[in-house]
Amino acid sequence: MKYSRYRTGPNSLRRFFVKGLMALPATIFLSASCFAASPSTAEINTTGLAITDDTVTVGILHSLTGTMAISETGAQEAEKLAIKQINDMGGILGRKIEIIQEDGASDWPTFAEKSRKLLVKDKVAAVFGAWTSASRKAVLPVFEKENGLLYYPTFYEGLEQSKNVIYTGQEATQQILDGLNWVAKEKKAKTFYLIGSDYIWPRTSMKIARKHIENVLGGRVVGEEYKPLGNTQFGSVINKIRLKKPDVIYAAVVGGSNVAWFKQLKAAGITSKKQTLLTISVTEDEVLGIGGENLEGFYSIMKYFQSLENENNKAFVAAFKEMWGKDSVIGDVTQAAYLGPWLWKAAVEKAGSFDVDKIVAASEAGDIELKTAPEGYVKLHKNHHLWSVARVGKWNKDGQATVVYESKLLEPDPFPAGYQ
Amino acid sequence: MNFVYEKLMGGKQGFFGFIILATLIIVILPLFLDIFRLNLVGKYLTYAFAAVSLVLLWGYGGILSLGQGVFFGLGGYGMAMFLKLEASSPENTQIQSTPGIPDFMDWNQIISLPWFWEPFNSLPLTIAAILILPALFAFIIGTAMFKRRVGGVYFAIITQVIAVILTILIVGQQGFTGGINGITDLRTLNGWDITSDNAKYIFYFLNAFLLLTVIVISRFILTSKFGSLLLAIRDKEDRVRFSGYDVSNFKIFIFSFSAMVSAIGGAMFTLQVGFMSPSFVGIVPSIEMVIFAAVGGRMSLIGVVYGTLLINFGKTTFSESFPELWLFLMGGLFISVVMFFPNGLAGLWNDYGHHITNKIPFWKKLKKTEVSQAVVEKTDEATV
Repeated sequence: MKYSRYRTGPNSLRRFFVKGLMALPATIFLSASCFAASPSTAEINTTGLAITDDTVTVGILHSLTGTMAISETGAQEAEKLAIKQINDMGGILGRKIEIIQEDGASDWPTFAEKSRKLLVKDKVAAVFGAWTSASRKAVLPVFEKENGLLYYPTFYEGLEQSKNVIYTGQEATQQILDGLNWVAKEKKAKTFYLIGSDYIWPRTSMKIARKHIENVLGGRVVGEEYKPLGNTQFGSVINKIRLKKPDVIYAAVVGGSNVAWFKQLKAAGITSKKQTLLTISVTEDEVLGIGGENLEGFYSIMKYFQSLENENNKAFVAAFKEMWGKDSVIGDVTQAAYLGPWLWKAAVEKAGSFDVDKIVAASEAGDIELKTAPEGYVKLHKNHHLWSVARVGKWNKDGQATVVYESKLLEPDPFPAGYQ
Repeated sequence: MNFVYEKLMGGKQGFFGFIILATLIIVILPLFLDIFRLNLVGKYLTYAFAAVSLVLLWGYGGILSLGQGVFFGLGGYGMAMFLKLEASSPENTQIQSTPGIPDFMDWNQIISLPWFWEPFNSLPLTIAAILILPALFAFIIGTAMFKRRVGGVYFAIITQVIAVILTILIVGQQGFTGGINGITDLRTLNGWDITSDNAKYIFYFLNAFLLLTVIVISRFILTSKFGSLLLAIRDKEDRVRFSGYDVSNFKIFIFSFSAMVSAIGGAMFTLQVGFMSPSFVGIVPSIEMVIFAAVGGRMSLIGVVYGTLLINFGKTTFSESFPELWLFLMGGLFISVVMFFPNGLAGLWNDYGHHITNKIPFWKKLKKTEVSQAVVEKTDEATV
């Protein structure tokens, strides 16, 4: 009788709870004890990563919530597509890839916490993720401390080269120099007006651009301006631009600000008919928000555009739309994120091991190449960045770009001499 | 002995609450959690400093500050500046145009260390700055507002505005502050590696010890005459003023003290997490801190610690298990707490806790022999 009283009383609930809580710490040991070491696994995994005889676990760490979610969604979709395709081909070293996804929540400390969780708790073999420079800076010490491996997809400011990071986007010089050369040659541009959002990437990019304009092209910078992230008032800048009449507006405005920036330009009558504008921050994803009609005739410098006419890209776009819906658009970063799992696969197979040190060594040999990349041929440089081409795209009304210029394959140079 | 028991612990209820909390965070959690989870708990406990400061300020003083993140951030930035300078020795920064200054300054074409960074070369000056600067800042804001009898919702709005202003300032002046990236890549404290497991344990216990000390000091403030006055000011400010007290001075003091407490939390945060960014200064973290206090029970120094732990555990677990849904679950948690337990976890314990404690013989005996005296943990309806 006493027993039954306990079962119905408030205590039983508490006991149930306490029991449940006591079981919590046990879950920590699950992942460790789950994989029994067979000889082959022991051979390719000497550092205790989450690898079994037929699976290997990786992490995806992007913002699913918060202000960056809209930008990062494409990247994580592309990574999942690549992983699915690799699995359909039989996986890596006979092992299917399993994914643990974490939400960085557009919050840099959360990125650090989640990356530590993925590396320490889940023992993932590699992480595909981070988007903004701030989130990369936040996770970097964690990856270096825990000796993890991060594939980072965004074009960024350079000035960094970590043993534990493979940068699949272009660093600043790969994006900036050729585009400026092109505009100076094609449009006979001599005067430039620089405008960007106020944080590290635009500032570093503009620093490089200014040096190149002044020292190499012999041009002149007639204005340089930065607006806070999320700023929507560009009236004063537009007035200054009208006054200075630069040959080229060179823009690195990011995120939601872009919408206000281009709409206000159009409202002020500054359109591609009278003004050349070159931006390094607008991909197909942003055009979705800005509206193709507000951008028509302006130029972006990227390494990838969805409209690229090559077989790799046609197959990639078709597969992406099949998996994520026919209305999805693919921007530069999305494509770079897609390269991450493939580069990892190539490095693992070359190293014959999932050990981070061996993968890094294989990657640093400088001969890992992807012939199937949607952007064309890419090769991994020993400085952890990709050889890539710069392309200038002219925006059309429908939100797609026509490529008007394509450079040769450019060597990545994260610490450019003479541009510091 | 009686002084310790009554004034520092707050009588029987406070004393046992304190002992249970101390056992939990000093003995039980370190025993059962591995270093990764323990480091997370350590991070949560740094927010508890801000939550405790809100018990003093909001629960007892009736002053709702939506800007505690400002002080948390100032403390955190103070510590981060010291660690960053140490990490930016000329040997470590050889590749820069100007070696010996933090990397973000170099990226922003700054060629020498700004004057206000100089004091942060010294650890004692840094600690002094962490304790004094936020309190001084709060003193200035408090004097400007309370002397003019600005209070209630206006005070809340102004503190929120200050949080926004400071965020914009930090983001905008990135050459001096690291901008939106914050101050990152902090590795050593006086040559001692702060990222090692060993260091994490030491910081955890230091943090727990500081938190318990802050709770004891806060309890002393609340059980003193000052505490009673604070309650009186909250409930009927005019009556206190007519009785001859200068109300604003009391408010300024408690505001400055709460700023100092939050700043200690911020400094401990930087040490345990390894960086500081403007996302801890703004409105969102400030309001989160108020939520920690509300969920834990804004009248309970002990309850808010549990509130902070619960919310952050929830945040971590939900976001690990349901990366796409977790914000809804958090929202549900807040709404249900506010709807069903308006006095928070502490209120829940006060209302129903005796059902549990009555079953423990030892507690029963204690109850019989001792008449509970002035218990501070009141849960009456507080007006904001």
